[in-house]
Amino acid sequence: MTASHAGPLSRRDWLLSERPASRMQARLGRAYVAWRRFSANRLAFLGLLIIIALLVVAAFANVLAPYSPTFGDLKGSRLLAPSAAHWFGTDDLGRDILSRVIFGSRWTLYVVILVAVIAAPIGLLVGTVAGYAGGWIDAILMRITDIFLAFPKLILALAFVAALGPGIENAVLAIAVTSWPPYARIARAETLTVRNSDYIKAVQLMGASPFRIVLRHIMPLCISSLIVRVTLDMAGIILTAAGLGFLGLGAQPPLPEWGAMIASGRRFVLDQWWVAGAPGFAILFVSLGFNLLGDGLRDALDPRSGDQ
Amino acid sequence: MSTLLEVDDLRVTFPTRTGRIEAVRGVSFSLGRERLGIVGESGSGKSQTGRAIMGLTPPQAEVTASKLAFDGTDLLAASPRDRRAMRGKRIAMILQDPKYSLDPVMSIGRQIVETLRTHEKVGKAEARDRALAMLEAVQIREPARVFDLHPHEVSGGMGQRAMIAMMLIAGPEMMIADEPTSALDVTVQLDVLGILDRLVSERGMGLIFISHDLRLVSSFCDRVIVMYAGKVVEQLKASELGRAQHPYTRGLLNCMPKIGADRHPLPVLDRKPEWAA
Amino acid sequence: MTAALSADRLEVVFDRFRALKGVSLEVQSGESFGLVGESGSGKSTLLRAIAGLAPAASGSITVNGKKLGKRRDKAFYREVQMVFQDPYGSLHPRQTVDRLLQEPLAIHGFADGEKRIQRALDEVGLGTGFRFRYSHQLSGGQRQRVAIARALILEPAILLLDEPTSALDASVQAEVLNLLEDIRRRRKLTFLMVSHDLAIITHMCERLMVMQNGEAVEHLTADDLVERRVSKDYTRNLLRASDGFVRA
Repeated sequence: MTASHAGPLSRRDWLLSERPASRMQARLGRAYVAWRRFSANRLAFLGLLIIIALLVVAAFANVLAPYSPTFGDLKGSRLLAPSAAHWFGTDDLGRDILSRVIFGSRWTLYVVILVAVIAAPIGLLVGTVAGYAGGWIDAILMRITDIFLAFPKLILALAFVAALGPGIENAVLAIAVTSWPPYARIARAETLTVRNSDYIKAVQLMGASPFRIVLRHIMPLCISSLIVRVTLDMAGIILTAAGLGFLGLGAQPPLPEWGAMIASGRRFVLDQWWVAGAPGFAILFVSLGFNLLGDGLRDALDPRSGDQ
Repeated sequence: MSTLLEVDDLRVTFPTRTGRIEAVRGVSFSLGRERLGIVGESGSGKSQTGRAIMGLTPPQAEVTASKLAFDGTDLLAASPRDRRAMRGKRIAMILQDPKYSLDPVMSIGRQIVETLRTHEKVGKAEARDRALAMLEAVQIREPARVFDLHPHEVSGGMGQRAMIAMMLIAGPEMMIADEPTSALDVTVQLDVLGILDRLVSERGMGLIFISHDLRLVSSFCDRVIVMYAGKVVEQLKASELGRAQHPYTRGLLNCMPKIGADRHPLPVLDRKPEWAA
Repeated sequence: MTAALSADRLEVVFDRFRALKGVSLEVQSGESFGLVGESGSGKSTLLRAIAGLAPAASGSITVNGKKLGKRRDKAFYREVQMVFQDPYGSLHPRQTVDRLLQEPLAIHGFADGEKRIQRALDEVGLGTGFRFRYSHQLSGGQRQRVAIARALILEPAILLLDEPTSALDASVQAEVLNLLEDIRRRRKLTFLMVSHDLAIITHMCERLMVMQNGEAVEHLTADDLVERRVSKDYTRNLLRASDGFVRA
């Protein structure tokens, strides 16, 4: 073994050490094991690459887009087929579809991240509190959850948007409000399985307050299954946002939102398929990416699949 | 004494990400129509030995042996179908917790009848009669009532008796019992062992009794095999356990608290690396 | 001598099932007291009722002369701690040993956490090499040592032990029993220990109570058991069973 091998090898040993010497090393070692399990799954890795590509495209949209997403050449370039000048063709207002798809990635990310940031913590909080407290608190919280679950998601989102007015911010809000109940259910189910375990009893015997137990001992256990579920739901969120956009209740023109783009391309779908096709494929790829990523995360984070 | 089972150099290996783990490393023994105990602590490979004989090793594991023969049949060469036919009919196995080995949605009686009818061509009425007789043989007081109960409606001891009844209904020649009484209370444990003992001697079965409890095994079995780290460290007659040679066997016997022996602190086992070599 | 711990006609009811039917006991300060019985005898329920994990329907519990209410206050947990039966279930799966030991100190606001954690780990014979391991990186015996360290870190006077070694191999059991005895001697602790194994109870305890179906069958000393001076058939059966199998 040459000296140049010693560096990376010993770092690996350091991470996988059975006797970590510090808090940091223990935590990193754990993350490394999860990462190894994740990266061994090729499809999950592909999903991660798609999502990273989405992030890069969104971040550098200004640089990457060859044309303006909102201003087109109405005179000379309406509904052009894909070509070297316009890779994805142009739409009925002469705008370059590639540029619109590139800028659209920002709105997709915006929707997805905002929904995740709003819905997941609400669901986690409601679910863990209901599960741990039990009794009437549980009954009230879960009945509220049931009411939200009783309506089809899109219909409920439609109702919210109708009440709040169309626009992408309101669409995000509507989707967030309708997507937390499943997370609450998951978190509650998870909480019910651990609340009677000896390790939670042991913390109770330390004199910990219920608040502390939920926050510091139960929530960390629910988070990994929640992350998996949220990632898997991303595709659905994108589609709901696109659906709202398609119905004209989400992003308003001229915003290059993928769902709204499909809606406006619908009129020419038989003759100029690329107008609706390009954003459609973009949605397909990103949804696929999130789904693959979620599947991979499930395998990597699932505590039941063994810790080694 | 006729030999029922011959095991020579049995090895069970599990492939893992970090390398191959040898759970059983060259175990050899033979079994006649007798009670053989296999004793060891967790990780000694005692359960994997039982499972390998039964053909219940997980599919990713590798089982090799220079000889693994039941009544002259080479078990490793037998087709999965033949092994399945042999399981239950000629070789039976009892596991630790009846809760997990009985079907929760089927009544106890029906499970016994089904077992019998998969191995023998018998009519429904006859199967029922034989199942009831078997339940009676394992000292269940009201066999007709227990027949219709589901596994969750009976106590642990009763469940384990039902399990024994189910395993013995097809009249196997050999039985492997993996910690059959560890989940039971001490008094119930002895009842169940009493039943097992009587059935084994009446029917002339060979029994492999796998347990972590050296004292229980030595009071129940004719012969004892002591396993450590996948190997047999000592084989001896149960009655001669007091004269065990290997320090592991002696340590295992010594470290348990006994009523009336005032030993503070208890002697602990000083594990030597050469035991595992 | 004062009673460190006493229960008076304690009753515990789960959904109309009377798990504990008016049991009384008194444990002297510094004593090791055993509870023996088979499953369903109520021995673990009694322990959990004292710890506040099972609701007492009636009767009272007194610790160091102070009667306990429905809610335990923080001072109670510094006086009484518990070690659970299953070392695989009593340690949080996502926390390192360090985090597990820090939690009680954080709850009770101890400032010298670093020193206490070191000392607790040394005391149970684990050393600092184990400090940042997760529980899945520990063997059963090591986990139980961590559980004992966690119980000791608040320096309680009374330790409740719920079958602390029944999930362990015999050789590991001996090590853990020795450790418990050693700690009791050094810290002058009071033990209340539950076990189904008469040999363990006679080894560890001076006095014991035999329980069956939620009731006390009889009170004995360890010497009574050794000399087989028992008056109830139930106890006699238990004693006979602990001798192992006898061919009829």
